[in-house]
Amino acid sequence: METTMRQTWAFLFRGYHLTRRYIGWVIVFNFYALVTSATVALIGVAARDYQLTLTLVVGALLWNFLSLLYNEIAMSIAYERWEGTLEYTFMAPVSRLVHLFGVSLYSLVNSVITSLIVLFGLMAFTDLNLRGANLPGVLVVLAVSTLAFVGLGLIAAVFPVMSAERGAEATHIFQGSLLLVSGVYYPIEVLPKWMQPLSAISPATYTLSACRKLFGVGNSASTAEYLAGAPLSAVSHELLVLALMGAVLLPLGLWVFVRVEAWAKKAGKLKRTG
Amino acid sequence: MPLAVHLRAVLACAQALPLSSIPTKSFCLVVRCGVPLSEVIMQQPAIEVRNLRKSFRKRNGFRKVSELWAIDDVSFSVGEGETYGLLGPNGSGKSSLIRILSTLLIADSGEVNMLGFALPAQQEQVRRIIGRVSVDAAFYKKLSARENLLYTALLYGQKARDAERRALEILEKLGMENTKFTTPLEEMSRGMQQKISIARALVINPPLLLLDEPTTGLDPKSRRDVQTFLEDLRSREGTTILLTTHDMAEAERLCARIGFLAHGKLVAEGTARELIERAQTKTLDDAFIKLTGEELAEEEMFAVEG
Repeated sequence: METTMRQTWAFLFRGYHLTRRYIGWVIVFNFYALVTSATVALIGVAARDYQLTLTLVVGALLWNFLSLLYNEIAMSIAYERWEGTLEYTFMAPVSRLVHLFGVSLYSLVNSVITSLIVLFGLMAFTDLNLRGANLPGVLVVLAVSTLAFVGLGLIAAVFPVMSAERGAEATHIFQGSLLLVSGVYYPIEVLPKWMQPLSAISPATYTLSACRKLFGVGNSASTAEYLAGAPLSAVSHELLVLALMGAVLLPLGLWVFVRVEAWAKKAGKLKRTG
Repeated sequence: MPLAVHLRAVLACAQALPLSSIPTKSFCLVVRCGVPLSEVIMQQPAIEVRNLRKSFRKRNGFRKVSELWAIDDVSFSVGEGETYGLLGPNGSGKSSLIRILSTLLIADSGEVNMLGFALPAQQEQVRRIIGRVSVDAAFYKKLSARENLLYTALLYGQKARDAERRALEILEKLGMENTKFTTPLEEMSRGMQQKISIARALVINPPLLLLDEPTTGLDPKSRRDVQTFLEDLRSREGTTILLTTHDMAEAERLCARIGFLAHGKLVAEGTARELIERAQTKTLDDAFIKLTGEELAEEEMFAVEG
């Protein structure tokens, strides 16, 4: 147990020091996340539509959280390829479960911090008032969604294992597709009919739907002064779907990763590139 | 002079072998039984490789796939506490072999045993007993030596405080100043980075050390520091070392036995003296060329001369 704790800590230790050493880039990325979110939210402000503003703010906030969580996990292998350390991590006596748990834990911490920065930044750009929103409920939904997104991240992380050159690109295509079909900034009904079924298999769709209800988006009783956030029981359907997705995607992600790792060792794909 | 030390000295002189490369317990067997030293060293193998084969498929065009044999029916053993050298030009299969032993590559066929653990079935156990140094000092370049080494130690489940103390001891023996411990790797010379790489392999205190061209590209002073450290390590800790190199002088200095690898095949094996005698040449360099039919590349020759 003590060994497992130290091994998990290794990934947090590495992540913390890399963040510290790349602090310039970390500031740039957070600034960019804030600016793009504010730009989207200001569309609602310009339309003088509080419900629209809130829809966009919730979309921007959640997308920042979920996409960063997914991206950090999915790109963790690509980063190691670029640094040249992938072989050393893979030959360490760490189970893949502990390895990927450590990576996911650091990604989660990173995503929470960035989301808080974006949230406080958005409050400065809009008259955002969260009184009445069911914030504890939002945290519950995010916690349940995290499992599904970690699973997706693990599945996407195999792309850089399979191909050093194309893998990182594939993870971004996958991420972009999630953004397109999940109704982050618009209702999924505006998507072409043939594309709408895809939104049903994206966990982000259910996270956004649940969180918007908990914030009181679309509730006619919500005003700029007080939001009529729904109780947690109102999003039980979304929570159930997210929990099921997490229960499937998390073990599936681990299974896929281990299988692809074994294939990469047979094909000689772990060699340093970049 | 104690008898054991005396025997070591006599044998080393007689067989022109580097003293530090020979396991102490082997001397008695050699003297008592009169068998060749190269056979005695293998009696307690730490690494056993039998009929190992590994090929890579390469796509040429849309439909054509060619198969390239990186390792072709290679067998050898490395005794406990022995330093064994694998010599071969670029592309001869040295790094593929080290990768298989490091659990990073799975062979097509053959057997590999590392201190009794079979690969790939017992790779989890093997990972606990091996340290590896590769030709490219692969690190988080922005992180300091301390941060890189502690990360490795934590991955192996070690206490950070113990690992830090051990890392500093190793770096001191490698001739590095303590002040460099907190310097980012990107600010260090290639020689310094390679010393950190060796410290990374040793901070986990492995009984088996896999060194893939650890001194390639180092300046003469750094190369000598590393070689002296490895000699000291083997004699002090009894670490079994498998070393791949282009450098004939390094192989002669460090290795009890040497294998010549060419086109994925182990074409000759023995002590440096045995190889020279078999090839009927004057130097190991000439023996390599005669037995493998290969010449080392210019850069490799430079490394030998340097």
